[in-house]
Amino acid sequence: MKRNRREFLKLAGITAASASVIGVTSGLTIAEASGSGAAKPDTTILAKNKKALTAKRWGMVIDTRKLQTASDIEPLIAACHKIHNVPEMTNKNHEIKWVWEEEFKHVFAEQEHELVNERLRHLPFLVLCNHCKNPPCVKACPTQATFQTKEGIVMMDFHRCIGCRFCMAACPYGSRSFNFKDPRPFIKETNKEFPTRMKGVVEKCNFCAERLAVGKQPACVEASEGAIVFGDLDDSQSEVRKVLNDNYTIRRKPALGTGASIYYIV
Amino acid sequence: MLELALKGSKKFYGWLIALLVMAGIGFAFYVWQFNFGLGITGMSRDVSWGFYIAQFTFLVGVAAGGVMVVLPYYLHNYKAFGKITILGEFLAVASLTMCMLFIIVDLGQPVRILNVWLHPTPHSVLFWDTLVLNGYLLLNIVVGWKVLEAERNGVHYKSWLKPLIYISIPFAVSIHTVTAFLYCGLPGRGFWMTAILAPRFLASAFAAGPSLLILLCLFVRKATNFDPGREQIQSLAKIVAYAICLNLFFFLCEVFVALYSGIPEHIDHIKYLFYGLHGHGLLVPWMWTSMGLMVVGIILLVNPGTRRNEGVLAAACVAVFTGTWIDKGLGMISGGFIPSPLHHVTEYAPTFPEIMVTLGVYAIGAIVLTILFKIAISVKEEING
Repeated sequence: MKRNRREFLKLAGITAASASVIGVTSGLTIAEASGSGAAKPDTTILAKNKKALTAKRWGMVIDTRKLQTASDIEPLIAACHKIHNVPEMTNKNHEIKWVWEEEFKHVFAEQEHELVNERLRHLPFLVLCNHCKNPPCVKACPTQATFQTKEGIVMMDFHRCIGCRFCMAACPYGSRSFNFKDPRPFIKETNKEFPTRMKGVVEKCNFCAERLAVGKQPACVEASEGAIVFGDLDDSQSEVRKVLNDNYTIRRKPALGTGASIYYIV
Repeated sequence: MLELALKGSKKFYGWLIALLVMAGIGFAFYVWQFNFGLGITGMSRDVSWGFYIAQFTFLVGVAAGGVMVVLPYYLHNYKAFGKITILGEFLAVASLTMCMLFIIVDLGQPVRILNVWLHPTPHSVLFWDTLVLNGYLLLNIVVGWKVLEAERNGVHYKSWLKPLIYISIPFAVSIHTVTAFLYCGLPGRGFWMTAILAPRFLASAFAAGPSLLILLCLFVRKATNFDPGREQIQSLAKIVAYAICLNLFFFLCEVFVALYSGIPEHIDHIKYLFYGLHGHGLLVPWMWTSMGLMVVGIILLVNPGTRRNEGVLAAACVAVFTGTWIDKGLGMISGGFIPSPLHHVTEYAPTFPEIMVTLGVYAIGAIVLTILFKIAISVKEEING
């Protein structure tokens, strides 16, 4: 059963299945998590959705010229956090963030200097999991609760995670959050299509694997109105590759060799 | 032999009851944490490991320190240590028990702990750490118990123990090496990313473990009819002297590399710990105290005049033990998280419930140590009497 669910979660990244169905097939655990009433398991949904978006390695280019102010960025964060049931914790120490904004000096700490361009200095940068090619978190995880899909997405199995937080120490981008207490009372409006989490597990951005599986772009990309381009980094004909070819882009901490899949046009 | 733990004085029972009460209080706080989540601790998104993991790291050292009596006796045939190897082994057992408990209380989902072995993951250092820690624990229980039993019966221990004894020596080194590898292999954590981390962990282990053992020996001599021996204590003192010098030397090597290279990612953590960063300096007084205590320890231990005076020696051991505890049990772990990889300074201090859970674990360790030492010393008293 456990194995099946895990296989299924992996599959969800590469094949089609709506998130609400995840709750059904995996039985009690997620049904309980999402609060939805469990219907009878239907194994036919494991078949691949024809509309599913697929890639060899998903990646993203964020055009910071088109995201100038906090008000440009907030709808993107809201879109992600709403559909993924990300709670708004009152205690800053217990914050859960999948995608958020940071200043240049924090995002590119090693490139910060006193003469940095005024626009960049005050620009809000969107940051999220980099879905590294060589993810240190996946290496560190002692249970494979965090793993990399064939399409390069770094995912979490919330039901296998033991909450050791080794992945948080391993991540050089601060992209992971831990549920220091039950997050459910802090979710304003629960999206029944996606599981909520319990206390004691780590979570982070999943590149909207559940949306790709049904042919939708990630929520932040959709909300960005063209400021973020998402696509297959290994496909030379993809739009994301075209944008990378036409613009000079930078990545966070390239010296660490993690192979971040998020590129910034600055 | 277990029956020997049951026959004790009123003081012995009083001490055990006091420890049980402390363990009970700690457990009550743990139940709270279990129900509420790790939010009752001082840990945060930025400082995601705190007091528990720091105690774990320090105690792995104390456990590894036990090998400093095993190695000279079994490899160099240094007979004097034959009298006290059992104390070193039982100290390791008690320390490792606490290590395991500190890992468990640190987990967000402790009931899933077996996932580590249900889904063995060789690329995770934590997987290896559970293996070497459990292996070393088992070796010390078996070797310690069997050798003591043979001693009680007046026979030589069984020959099949010999390979286990030899294996336990590299195992002791491995537990602290692997524990250092948990930290020093992580990209983006400049404070830990140094090849000297494992050697430094071992040096501080061989200082902290034997210095605690000296204090225990001095106590045993006073409280029981078994004298661990002056020569034994003096030899241990020399080991502590070398180890604490090495620990400080390794630390200074690290400081040199960070400061002279001038790479901010490496300097910032040291700056935070010893001078404060962006106006935050919670650990500054602690770190200087730690350095001061280690220097005092070195002066008192290297100088033969002071080392040979057992009263001064005891003070030096307290200084070394406390100094290394602050270094590893306070600074080493949270220091690696401050500043964060995004260069935010989020400070960390353990909360009251966190300290109570910690004291509870220490109480359980002390119970294990008391019972094992009681058995060992009763056997020694039997033989001498």
